[in-house]
Amino acid sequence: MKFGVVIFPGSNCDFDTFHVLKNVIRQPTIWLWHKDHGLQGVDCVVLPGGFAYGDYLRSGAIARFSPLMQEVGEFADKGGVVLGICNGFQVLLELGLLPGAMLRNKNLKFLCQFVTIRLENERTRFTHKGKKGQVLRVPIAHFDGNYFAPPETLKEIEENSQVVFRYSGANGSLTEEANVNGSLHSIAGLMNKRGNVMGLMPHPERASERLLGSEDGRVIFESIISKF
Amino acid sequence: MKVRILVSFKDSVLDPQGQTVKNALHTLGYRAIKDVRQGKVFEIDLAGATKADAEKIIPEISDKVLANPIIEKFTWQIIEA
Repeated sequence: MKFGVVIFPGSNCDFDTFHVLKNVIRQPTIWLWHKDHGLQGVDCVVLPGGFAYGDYLRSGAIARFSPLMQEVGEFADKGGVVLGICNGFQVLLELGLLPGAMLRNKNLKFLCQFVTIRLENERTRFTHKGKKGQVLRVPIAHFDGNYFAPPETLKEIEENSQVVFRYSGANGSLTEEANVNGSLHSIAGLMNKRGNVMGLMPHPERASERLLGSEDGRVIFESIISKF
Repeated sequence: MKVRILVSFKDSVLDPQGQTVKNALHTLGYRAIKDVRQGKVFEIDLAGATKADAEKIIPEISDKVLANPIIEKFTWQIIEA
């Protein structure tokens, strides 16, 4: 499976993501520069974490106007697989490929720490190698990860099982304390209705090698490359 | 023509930054302050534009770029003809 990692000015998890896809998951991986045209035949586009365009105006707000992002939108409309991590998730929300928006974390602090998230839906192309209820230990590093959507949208995404991950305790319990950034319904990861686009705030690419303290994030990449 | 656009959170959206400012003001003794909502101001210079142009362009760019309609609302006014 051929992966393309998009680089925006201000991306800073691009090399980590590229490394994991190429050297850990061992898949052909290329760079996609945000100003270029053409997705060069990739099967999956990954929007990495960082601060695209300095996060000026709102996180992800300017990045969505990149020439390449218009093509990523068309790619997703045709069923192409798109994964947005952290800032990449924010870009997908601003682009409208995923429903909702991000607000500043409830405690107004930049949160950089390991968290535990519970796998809510294992019947997705991003998680089918995992188990429902499985708890992953993965790091977060963000200022604006407080997920918000109007009540009718929330109802719809819950009814369609679009919530893929929720912040939870290590035992899988959903508590206010575990919901570190204040996200509605403790949402940490979300996919579109069709199931080909997913965004998540935690960084699976930083938790894919034992050396880095956790390999729990690998299940996402291994699911993507396996037959669904 | 110069236009000022004010973008702020919708009433249904919590504004933790505004809350923090309010708490700080309370600490300073300004107990009469009931609520604070924080927003963004844009001052835009529209070269050679008429009022009709502004009425077309400003809501368009506010909706498309300056505000995220899921969480924010905007108001605008002409500040210099």
